[in-house]
Amino acid sequence: MSEDITKLENVASQVRRDIVRMVHACQSGHPGGSLGCTEFFVALYFSAMERKAGFDMDGIGEDIFFLSNGHISPVFYSTLARAGYFDVSELATFRKINSRLQGHPTTHEGLPGIRIASGSLGQGPSVAIGAARAKKLNNDDHLVYVLMGDGEQQEGQIWEAAMYAPANKIDNLIATIDYNGQQIDGSTEQVLSLGNLGAKWEAFGWDVMEMNGNIMSDVLAGLAEAKSRTGKGKPVMILMKTEMGNGVDFMMGSHKWHGVAPNDEQLAAALAQLEETLGDY
Amino acid sequence: MKKYTYTDKKDTRSGFGAGLLEVGRKNENVVALCADLIGSLKMNDFIKEFPERFFQVGIAEANMMGIAAGLTIGGKIPYTGTFANFSTGRVYDQIRQSIAYSDKNVKICASHAGLTLGEDGATHQILEDIGLMKMLPGMTVINPCDYNQTKAATIAIAEHHGPVYLRFGRPVVPIFTDSDQKFEIGKAWMVNEGKDVSIFATGHLVWEAIQAGEQLAELGIDAEIINIHTIKPLDEEAVLKSVAKTGCVVTAEEHNRLGGLGDSIAQVLAKNNPTPQEYVAVNDSFGESGTPAQLMEKYGLNAANIVAAVQRVIKRK
Repeated sequence: MSEDITKLENVASQVRRDIVRMVHACQSGHPGGSLGCTEFFVALYFSAMERKAGFDMDGIGEDIFFLSNGHISPVFYSTLARAGYFDVSELATFRKINSRLQGHPTTHEGLPGIRIASGSLGQGPSVAIGAARAKKLNNDDHLVYVLMGDGEQQEGQIWEAAMYAPANKIDNLIATIDYNGQQIDGSTEQVLSLGNLGAKWEAFGWDVMEMNGNIMSDVLAGLAEAKSRTGKGKPVMILMKTEMGNGVDFMMGSHKWHGVAPNDEQLAAALAQLEETLGDY
Repeated sequence: MKKYTYTDKKDTRSGFGAGLLEVGRKNENVVALCADLIGSLKMNDFIKEFPERFFQVGIAEANMMGIAAGLTIGGKIPYTGTFANFSTGRVYDQIRQSIAYSDKNVKICASHAGLTLGEDGATHQILEDIGLMKMLPGMTVINPCDYNQTKAATIAIAEHHGPVYLRFGRPVVPIFTDSDQKFEIGKAWMVNEGKDVSIFATGHLVWEAIQAGEQLAELGIDAEIINIHTIKPLDEEAVLKSVAKTGCVVTAEEHNRLGGLGDSIAQVLAKNNPTPQEYVAVNDSFGESGTPAQLMEKYGLNAANIVAAVQRVIKRK
């Protein structure tokens, strides 16, 4: 187990290098939330999810994942590339003209691994519910995962989905909220308080659990726990405590790096903290 | 003028209900969703026969569009059902991102479109939906004219991969198209060949155009009437061929004159063959409560308005 964790931590270190290099290269994008969710993505794609080789849109016979808060596309793209969906060299095209790696994830350019466009917030849970429904209709006992932001909880559609899934016993669905307490204009507390988020989801009928999102062993244990709670008549919700900008000391814990790219000196300072484990693209 | 008669009248939404049942029997991947308007959308027969393939979403249209998009991932062909207003304006961003931009095979089925929804008034009478939907890249926009055509269209769209907006209505109207017709997306239907004016009509206005054609014949005007059931992709060839013969155009639709069928036709003509055109459409306003017939008269959408528009446009040739 500890060897496995070391291996995953090595992948995470490389993904963090990819993230800061990608946003630096195009001088735009969202490093903060991407860095905070790195352990989650790596644990999901390199351990928790049952995945088929290659990619097809329908994803029958495998677990599938949707990113609702599409602005953290750098961590999604890096993870997909490192997991073999496309060549890592393509990460260099992020946010540039004629790229499959659009600012926010899309299916339009045919990038393997992406099943829905996201970026306009609040839509992922509904899509995930539909895909979970389709799995049940197809007698496919695999799971559907969806990640949302915490600021995203301010969107009304989130709560339409929150009400629907338990009422319809969508129990092949694991949703996660990146609970970093930050959004563009400041802390979620300042902008629009989420109140007792766990109690809200619980009141809607979800099986709610908490997880530390920046410790690999905790993420692995949390995802295993979440999986064990599926198939019991309720959708599962993980409140994942993370730190925006985690892994790069000067980006940590502040909303200021939500959507800002590092300059040359900042890139060098960030990369000095992140070991190159798998080879830069 | 070719003679059109009818022996029965039904609402186009019932054509949708009948088509949904039939396409459900033909294709096991067809599933249906509704946002608390099962009776209004005539979905009962489908639900009775395929309860496991129907999803009641409640009054949550945004969630319905997202769930529909998700259902396509796994090979399902979802038909969503609610009023046209709640199928478009209310959920535009969900359709734009999760369905159109993501190229999802969702059929957005919209009843109670336009003024003929009647007494509920302007909150529910959307007159902008054709424009909203046709602006989305990749979206097919269909507005059939009677029960039989709506049924045929409902069945045909399952065979087309990609998002479709299917628009129909509430009132009982004459059934004048064939019950065994083959519906071809994007292929205009020649209702009556003529030489003096081209009348391009869609939805409920097709029957009004036929009535107008008969009145025009008595006035010695030989009107060509073409049913544009598919507004996007538009049958440009049929439009240009007709206009080359007649030299003037009237468009007729139960929609705002901004952004509807008339503008689609005008764009084709401006590029290829600039031609005098008159619009029979709602003149950039909201509707109001009233009976369908009262509203069609007050807002200038009946046969008499088409006749007057023809007389105006012929003078501009």
